[in-house]
Amino acid sequence: MFAKTRKTLTRLAMAACFSTVAVVAQASTELTMYYPVAVGGPLTKIVDGLVADFMKENPDIKANAIYAGNYNDARIKALAALKAGEPAQLSVMFSIDIYELIEQDAIVAFDDIVSTSEEKAWLESFYPTLMQNGRTAGKTWGIPFQRSTIVMYYNKDAFRAAGLDPENPPATWNELVEVGKKLTKADGSQWGAMIPSTGYPYWMFGALTMQNDQVLMNNAGDTTYFDAPATVEALEFWKNLGSKHKVMPEGTIEWGTLRKNFLEGKTAIMWHSTGNLTVVKKKAKFDFGVAMLPASKRRGTPTGGGNFYIFKKTTPEERVAAMKLIKFMTSPERSAEWSMKTGYMGVSPAAYETQKLQDYVKGFPYAAVARDQLEFATAELSTFQTGRVRKLLDDAIQAALTGSKTPAAALQEAQAQAKRLLKPYR
Amino acid sequence: MSQAEIKRRHWTFLEALETVAAWFVAILWIAPLLYAFWAAFHASEYAIHFELFAPLTLENFREALSQAPFLRYGFNTFVLVTMLLASQLVICTLAAYAFARYNFAGSNIAFSLVLVQLMIAPEILIVENYSTLAKLNLIDTITGIGLPYMASAFGIFLLRQAFKSTPKELEEAARLEGCGMFGILWRVYVPLARPIYLAYGLVSISHHWNNFLWPLVVTNSVETRPLTVGLGIFGAPESGVDWSIISAATLLSVAPLLIAFLLFQRQFIQSFMHSGIK
Amino acid sequence: MHQSPSNAMRHVYGWLLLTPAAILLIAFTHFPTLATIYESSFSKGNLIRPSRFIGITNYESMLEDPIFWKVLINNFWFAVGTIPASVALAIAMALLVNRALPGRPFLRLAYFTPTILPMIAVANIWLFFYSPDIGLIDQILGWFGFPGHNWLGDPATVLPAIIVMTIWKEAGFFMIFYLAALQNLPPELEEAAKLEGASRWYYFRRVIFPLLMPTTLFVLINAVLNSFKLVDHLFVLTKGGPNNASNLLLYYIYENAFSYFDTNYAATLTVVLLAILAVVALAQFFLFDRRIHYR
Repeated sequence: MFAKTRKTLTRLAMAACFSTVAVVAQASTELTMYYPVAVGGPLTKIVDGLVADFMKENPDIKANAIYAGNYNDARIKALAALKAGEPAQLSVMFSIDIYELIEQDAIVAFDDIVSTSEEKAWLESFYPTLMQNGRTAGKTWGIPFQRSTIVMYYNKDAFRAAGLDPENPPATWNELVEVGKKLTKADGSQWGAMIPSTGYPYWMFGALTMQNDQVLMNNAGDTTYFDAPATVEALEFWKNLGSKHKVMPEGTIEWGTLRKNFLEGKTAIMWHSTGNLTVVKKKAKFDFGVAMLPASKRRGTPTGGGNFYIFKKTTPEERVAAMKLIKFMTSPERSAEWSMKTGYMGVSPAAYETQKLQDYVKGFPYAAVARDQLEFATAELSTFQTGRVRKLLDDAIQAALTGSKTPAAALQEAQAQAKRLLKPYR
Repeated sequence: MSQAEIKRRHWTFLEALETVAAWFVAILWIAPLLYAFWAAFHASEYAIHFELFAPLTLENFREALSQAPFLRYGFNTFVLVTMLLASQLVICTLAAYAFARYNFAGSNIAFSLVLVQLMIAPEILIVENYSTLAKLNLIDTITGIGLPYMASAFGIFLLRQAFKSTPKELEEAARLEGCGMFGILWRVYVPLARPIYLAYGLVSISHHWNNFLWPLVVTNSVETRPLTVGLGIFGAPESGVDWSIISAATLLSVAPLLIAFLLFQRQFIQSFMHSGIK
Repeated sequence: MHQSPSNAMRHVYGWLLLTPAAILLIAFTHFPTLATIYESSFSKGNLIRPSRFIGITNYESMLEDPIFWKVLINNFWFAVGTIPASVALAIAMALLVNRALPGRPFLRLAYFTPTILPMIAVANIWLFFYSPDIGLIDQILGWFGFPGHNWLGDPATVLPAIIVMTIWKEAGFFMIFYLAALQNLPPELEEAAKLEGASRWYYFRRVIFPLLMPTTLFVLINAVLNSFKLVDHLFVLTKGGPNNASNLLLYYIYENAFSYFDTNYAATLTVVLLAILAVVALAQFFLFDRRIHYR
């Protein structure tokens, strides 16, 4: 009889053990993600807040978001962590890092993860222009998260002081020059316009070339058009703003201090990422406006910002969890919240249809400028060997702006070297 | 007026000129730091529109601390520097002892090879060292930051010199008392080299507190990042610079070492002086 | 030579004591040096084409790389700009501090404090000074009616701007070594010079300076090494721009290795850096033997 009790007890104990193990095994999937911050503001706090909300809704997933610096740092960190065998399941990285990541065999295409038709529809729910940088070879590799376009911020008070109509910002290159001349003060205390040429000069240049109806690279990422006539024209225009028309300081203009310059009234117009919108709104002591960038042959701007990527070295459970996190962070409600707190765009039409973003746009119409500009937007410069190719263009732009080379010469050199770098990929 | 008197006046005038020049340069030299100090305690508008007696504020520090975990960075740096110094003291003492008191085969060649590290610091070979660290699975660890520096050619060099100048009679005496190899080391050589240890310690702490490039590539996360790297990515230009907050962040990063320096000036300066005497 | 327990054992003990240091030094100095040379003879590997042996092809590409030549030239000017100036200043500071001038502790503190700061903090502070229009230097120039300038954005002024900042940081560090040397000089020398009616300048040029030779050489070696190691400020100030006007070799190596993931080309560049350092080491070796003015 005791033997029977013992048997039962043993069975019960084993059942208890197994169920504990089962519970433990099911407990949490851990996710580590790196993300960059490239515009001002307490973005790390906002990201932490979003992630905390996600964990509340998904108690079986533990997500750890690590701030990695700027876009370059984030890519370096994420790839370095992977190489060193440290787990990171997903990350927000530059939308244009896609070719490098594919080459390093680091990421997995979303097409290979989504299975249900609902999920496939979710892939199509974002703005197509924002998806451009995340797609290649017929697959989707990046999901938009902190996306932006360049917009033109302008100082309405300065416009009024110069006798210009504050509701009529320049809409063409010629108007920009005219307006700029009126806004530039002779004593140097106020410039007409500033377009930054450090940090991400190629990005600003992408706007100018698009406005001249010229793209900088092809879809396959293996050809660049740096020395096309329209490209050279765009760089000459940029240079002339400073050297000929004197509406902009000559030489390079620092990305990091540009917003401060605008807020201090050193420049009446600045071209900058829409990601600065919320900070400008908070800190501007003057009446300011935001408008689409002026057109040459057409309006144009590159998209910018970071996408979510999922790394290849992930287990199926981790991928499921990562997908949940990405869906959460890019959901219309969260995207709306993110957009309001930072100035980045809502990434899907649905985001702009949420009540809170609708109300926000109604009260602050400038929040919709970036979205409206999407119509004229193009993908950001992205090719194989993207770091080097970008640097070639950056150097050429800076050489032209500082007068060391003519725009044509600088761009021709850059094109020749880019061609050499990309040859193996064609 | 006699020749001597004229000459003496001449000296005094020159001396006055010197004093003025010295003070002028000193003020010029300390001005940047004073300015950063001032900017950290005032709102950023005053940094640009300079008003000396603008109201003080602690807001910048609050902002800096909320935007990046400088306290954690400080802790990491403290752990790194302490661990590194402890390892260096042990490893370099042993090696210096070997060079100073053991005439072993190949010691001259070995010493020359050690001195190579004076020229080729680990960060010069950053690519390969990073790869080595990755293979050892020490990326993103504080140990990983310190490992390449634990055997310090500079430390070995200094200690070897110190040990070599220890009188042999003391060693004989210790040996007569029955001390073995380590006993002699611990009782005779180490105590006599105390000033060198202090000097080296302060130089090492300063150097590694301020090291940037190597920790930058080795660390990925907040738990290991030291102050310098934290400050470096905090001031990343894309974040849109707010001078006062960056000044506050800078002060937070340099404060521990700076305060230690101000309190122990003489020791610091003596250490650096000591380490230069060849 | 002291007596060890046994003649044979001293070799064993010697090597055993040396082992921990030896392992670390070999792992992080000697082995990587050889590995770097080895790596430089391979091509960059990726998914499409795995890395393969290409001999000196990397070196050929390097010689044709305009950025490589630019960083070498920059490093040269950086060294030429910072070293003589900071050494001269260091001697001057040491001489001033060595005299019993009023407020000596403050002087010493003021000159030496920049050394205690990390370069990254120094760069942050000076970034503000150099900012166009709103930066401190342009503000001060504005008070006197001078126009501002884009110090860090103009290829012509960026390197001088960085040099000034580096001199500010380094002079105090070198001052310490000179101070130590000066305090070791016998005081009779100064008495003797005064008695002979020698002028201060003569005394300095013919007596002090030659006696400071060993220190000067030591400081020079340090300064040259630093001029190659010091790239922290580029991360904050210019990232090598504009158009590589402030790019330095070690920073270029970092860019190639960690931004472009071309560790092989980075290795090639590192070999050049190692070669330069080797030349410096040899120069030190020979100079120390020949021109030192030992008493």
